[in-house]
Amino acid sequence: METDSNGIVPRVRRTRRKGGLQARDQKRAAAVMLTPLVLTLFFLFVLPVVFVVVMSLTNWSLTNTTRDFVGFKNFLFVLKDGRFWKSMGNTIYFTAFKIVLDTLLALFIAVLLDQKVPFRRLFRIAHFAPVVVPITASSLIWLWFYDPGIGPFNQILTTLGLPALQWLYNEKTSLLSIIVFSVWKGLGYNVILFLAGLQSIPESYLEAARIDGASERQVFFKIKMPLLTPVTSFVIMMGLINCLKVFTEVDVMTPNHGPLESTLLLVSYIYDQSFTRGKMGRGAAASLLLFVVVFAFTLLQRAVSRKSVSYE
Amino acid sequence: MSEGKKAMKKPGQKPKIFTTLFLVLSSVVMIFPFVWMLLSAFKTKADVYSYPPKWIPSTFTWDNFTEVFIKIPFFRFYANSIGVAVIQTILQILVSAMGAFALTKLEFRGRKSMFSFMQSSMYVPEVVTMIPLFLLAAWAGMVDTYAGLILPGLTCAFTTILLMSFFETLPDELIDAAKIDGCGYYRVFTKVIIPNSRTALGTASLFAFLTHWRAYLWPLIITNNVNMRTLPIGLKYLVSDPTFEYQILMAASLMAIIPILIVYLLMEKEFVQSITLTGLKA
Repeated sequence: METDSNGIVPRVRRTRRKGGLQARDQKRAAAVMLTPLVLTLFFLFVLPVVFVVVMSLTNWSLTNTTRDFVGFKNFLFVLKDGRFWKSMGNTIYFTAFKIVLDTLLALFIAVLLDQKVPFRRLFRIAHFAPVVVPITASSLIWLWFYDPGIGPFNQILTTLGLPALQWLYNEKTSLLSIIVFSVWKGLGYNVILFLAGLQSIPESYLEAARIDGASERQVFFKIKMPLLTPVTSFVIMMGLINCLKVFTEVDVMTPNHGPLESTLLLVSYIYDQSFTRGKMGRGAAASLLLFVVVFAFTLLQRAVSRKSVSYE
Repeated sequence: MSEGKKAMKKPGQKPKIFTTLFLVLSSVVMIFPFVWMLLSAFKTKADVYSYPPKWIPSTFTWDNFTEVFIKIPFFRFYANSIGVAVIQTILQILVSAMGAFALTKLEFRGRKSMFSFMQSSMYVPEVVTMIPLFLLAAWAGMVDTYAGLILPGLTCAFTTILLMSFFETLPDELIDAAKIDGCGYYRVFTKVIIPNSRTALGTASLFAFLTHWRAYLWPLIITNNVNMRTLPIGLKYLVSDPTFEYQILMAASLMAIIPILIVYLLMEKEFVQSITLTGLKA
């Protein structure tokens, strides 16, 4: 389908409206209607972005009033800071695990939900429920699940004769525990997206393939999966971008970045530099580095989605 | 993937035992935390800290709920959260709808560049603008104020683009007819556009409300005063209280979750719709 992202009004009308009183009227109306939007863009986007770039080049601090231009010192500091790289490593680990688990599980469940099973609506409701509740509230529940002493997870493990784990309190399992929570919390979102994608595949394609003797496995891998490519790439790329921004669950479940800072993620690092330590220049520099990564992925996502399959 | 063959062999024939079983199992996993929370909110301290811990409360008690109100100004958090999220949603939808109307149905120079400019604002993550916004808000004296909580959350690019995709589908004839009847552009907006896109506005509002209701980073930064905290922030500080007990956390968590869960169960279709629309259009 050929659509211009903002394009809309048929050409004929466009020329008719040009010139004359009506056009001036329209321009004035447009100016009035757009003013609030422009104001929000200016105060919440233009001004902060310019400001953050300026800050990143100064020794701006919450505790100190002198603000000198320091060039790229903040960037150099951050790039040489072991904690920054630790947070980067943790974020990559988090992202890799979460994306793989999330995508595979969501696709699997969506495929099951796409079939004629009883109570389908109920299953869908159950899978989506964790998405709508506030993350802080649900992470409190999981905080208990992970309690090494009286948590149900360890109770189950010991009942099964397995060794109890320290979960959030051991640097080997802390981040993984948060990933599991995060997958539970976000899975339904991707299930819904995959399900919508599967349901939009015309039945006639599947029928045609079946008549030609394709097995269900072939129908899935040769027809459904290629047609799902736009959804799959969207789920993966949005997942990537969102993983880079994760903060709430790590901050609630491990307010001090976990044992040996094993749950220090990029956003926690930026928050920590800027607000806990008051080094706002460094925080600004780190946030711009994060932005560069997010931006690169966003461009990639757009490039991928443009190339997506269409059988129309 | 090991599903497939058996489950999918003959569509529409014989009950799919494997599929159904698996879905039951995974639904139980998804719902279990809520069941645990519900049961535990009524447990006594003895039940929680006994060994082995009891899954079903031996006696049901309401004490945990009263304890929540003693420990934290829970009503205040609740009111803050609802007030802030509702005002933000209204303002955001208003600004977005007006902007979307101008960008789809009005002719003016720079329309295209305005659109791409707005689109580019979505690439900047919240954490980038949060530091300068905090300083700006501090200079404006907005720390610990409702203005400080509400205004910086009004990023409208996403909802504007969402609404634009709906407004585009409204036929121009509708507007032309209203114009012939003597309506100005503002009347066209209030009398034609708004009433004809109720579903769209509902979807966008629901999406906006969910975003604001769950907001964490900004409310955390902009509030120091306990009385200004929203629910998510209030719950975070309940955990850092050294005397916290799980059953009290569960009572607080239950009260925080129940209203949104009820709304969700009543409007499940709309929630799903808002996800598929926003997700795939973004």
